[in-house]
Amino acid sequence: MIRVTGDPFDPAAEIAAFAAGRTDVGGIASFVGRVRDRAGEVRIRAMTLEHYPGMTERKLAEIEEEARRRWPLLDCLVIHRYGRMEPGEPIVLVATASAHRAAALEACTFLIDWLKTKAPFWKLEETDRGARWVEAKASDDAAAARWEERATG
Amino acid sequence: MKIRYFAWLRQRTGLAEEELEPPAEVHTVADLKRWLADRHPRFAETLAAPGVVRCAVDQEYAEDDTPVGGAREVAFFPPVTGG
Repeated sequence: MIRVTGDPFDPAAEIAAFAAGRTDVGGIASFVGRVRDRAGEVRIRAMTLEHYPGMTERKLAEIEEEARRRWPLLDCLVIHRYGRMEPGEPIVLVATASAHRAAALEACTFLIDWLKTKAPFWKLEETDRGARWVEAKASDDAAAARWEERATG
Repeated sequence: MKIRYFAWLRQRTGLAEEELEPPAEVHTVADLKRWLADRHPRFAETLAAPGVVRCAVDQEYAEDDTPVGGAREVAFFPPVTGG
């Protein structure tokens, strides 16, 4: 399930409700991405996430579909916030459920790696030195590319 | 055709979206970039720089040679930084 929201969410409550009542789930993996209070030496006061409504939901659904194609997932949840957030607030939650741990853990890593390079979100940091758009990282591209190699190899 | 801009492209052009009818000789994303650069001199250089501006045609990622004929919506934006 995909949820793109402008409202705050509680990762603990979401994870508790995720796959609740299912007795065939043997393992749940989750990742929570939060706003950090600094980037190197620069203090971050807040972060604003902009996104492309419509395309965001479409790309996230494609990524979920790809994860379900590759791993035997019993359930899958992606929540991503947009709008202004302060340090400590959650930005994104990925949770996966499977019969066994390997599928849940791998699919969770895959989902956040692909989401970071394929879902149309942009981060604007408010810092002590003014506002600035976060630049894409080569390390994120490399993390996503690992899964491309596995797909073709 | 609706043209949309996101992140710093939106700030630099001063608009989030505009409704435009490109002339018949605009066949591809590259053609559209050249045509838009004439309309928005402030980011002509950015649009022309390879690898800086990403594009989506009807909400699918596109390349310079992707056709735009018949497209309802074309978006320009920097590399994504979500998650």
